[in-house]
Amino acid sequence: MKPSASQTWPLEAPDWILNGPEWLSDLGYDFYKSFVFDDRYQMYIKGLGNTLLLTLLALLIGVALGVVISLIRVSWDKNHTEMQGPGRFFLGFFNALAKIYLTVIRGTPAVVQLMIMYFVIFASSRNKVMVAALSFGINSGAYVAEIIRGGIMSIDEGQMEAGRSLGFGYVATMRYIILPQAFKAVLPTLANEFIVLLKETAVAGYVGLTDVTYAGNIIGGNCYDYLFPLLMSALIYLILVMFFTFLVGKLERRLRSSER
Amino acid sequence: MSADIIQAINLEKHFDGGDIKALNGVNASVKKGEVVVVIGPSGSGKSTFLRCLNLLEVPTGGKVLFEGVDITDRKADINLHRQKMGMVFQHFNLFPHMTILRNMTLAPMKLLGRSQADAEAKARGLLERVGLADRADAYPSQLSGGQKQRLAIVRALCMDPEVMLFDEPTSALDPEMVGEVLEVMKELAKEGMTMVVVTHEMGFAREMADRVIFMADGKIVEEGTPEDIFTAPRQLRTQDFLAKVL
Repeated sequence: MKPSASQTWPLEAPDWILNGPEWLSDLGYDFYKSFVFDDRYQMYIKGLGNTLLLTLLALLIGVALGVVISLIRVSWDKNHTEMQGPGRFFLGFFNALAKIYLTVIRGTPAVVQLMIMYFVIFASSRNKVMVAALSFGINSGAYVAEIIRGGIMSIDEGQMEAGRSLGFGYVATMRYIILPQAFKAVLPTLANEFIVLLKETAVAGYVGLTDVTYAGNIIGGNCYDYLFPLLMSALIYLILVMFFTFLVGKLERRLRSSER
Repeated sequence: MSADIIQAINLEKHFDGGDIKALNGVNASVKKGEVVVVIGPSGSGKSTFLRCLNLLEVPTGGKVLFEGVDITDRKADINLHRQKMGMVFQHFNLFPHMTILRNMTLAPMKLLGRSQADAEAKARGLLERVGLADRADAYPSQLSGGQKQRLAIVRALCMDPEVMLFDEPTSALDPEMVGEVLEVMKELAKEGMTMVVVTHEMGFAREMADRVIFMADGKIVEEGTPEDIFTAPRQLRTQDFLAKVL
């Protein structure tokens, strides 16, 4: 049987908690331990900040990597039969690298990649946020690459021909004509990738990074009671995801109504 | 006689590793200011021939000389040559993410180094001529098929090309819109633009062509003035085709 609040109360607490009915004082006590005592609420805020920062940085790295990888893959697939000489060799080399990257990253769990990154590759670094952002960014880049590749391939062949017939080179046509359209087409999917990434960063605690999940975990451990701390972690994710889903919906509607 | 601006020498184009011979030894030339219309049954290689002229299709064999330069040579900068060869496609291929004005000014500004003011002035002048001046800030999706194709023509003209290539420019249009596009092409021809036109519009060929080329099975079967081809075709294959379409 759980000891009642009055038996275990080691702290100063408002009278209405101590003197109320037992179920209420138990709950109040748990709540007080989980959020108020020792300014513990600040840990969730710190976790929230880290989670958002981590996700944002990882997304930036992921998109940058994804664009480069997808361009290598698309350029090789569409052009290698007509290429010759050193250009073909280099593109082929980078294409092979890109394929290895995609296979390895998509074939192993993000949390294992994170641990390898932090405990092995960057063993000497104490900057957890940067190492984790890099790790999640490299992970996300593989998925973003495939999203963007799909976007590029969805653009009509005639667009490339029109650009080339005006005198634009392959790269310039990609830049001015194909990529802007491809990006517009995959923007909602990319935004969803951001939401997926946000939840994926919940394993950052494996390397001791205080994100939303880890904050709840630590506080739960400290008060020997996980109910409120873990509920709070879950609630923060839920609110974030609902907020970003709302934004993505707005974005989709705007894209649909604008000129296409 | 003015000089040849385009010369195709023994062009070959094979698809699927040589199984399909879209072009099988085509020799043709286009003189400056000439309007050449290419006709023929579908699958005869006429579009492939046109697309080989600006190397959208890389020929398997043979050469294309443009202004005397072999552009099939790997050392030739094809992008520079293409600037002087405007192309109009069956499916317009306008840039849907740009306004009409931007569609027209992008290439002149990026490739010819024109200022925005210069490029826009020229674009607006051309839009005026094809009756689209009031649509400059609209997007391609807001235009009808005929308007799209007229825009595609003036987009190519913004680059001040030496030659205009037309790849079945009216084939994707509703019948009532064919006329307005042909009208623009006729005006262009009257101004002395060098044109190579692949089309099924026999009326246009008869009225505007200086020379008609009839292709079948990847070869040029017969060529001559519109009168030669339409009233006195010599080859059986040509007579056959014309009997079906006229």
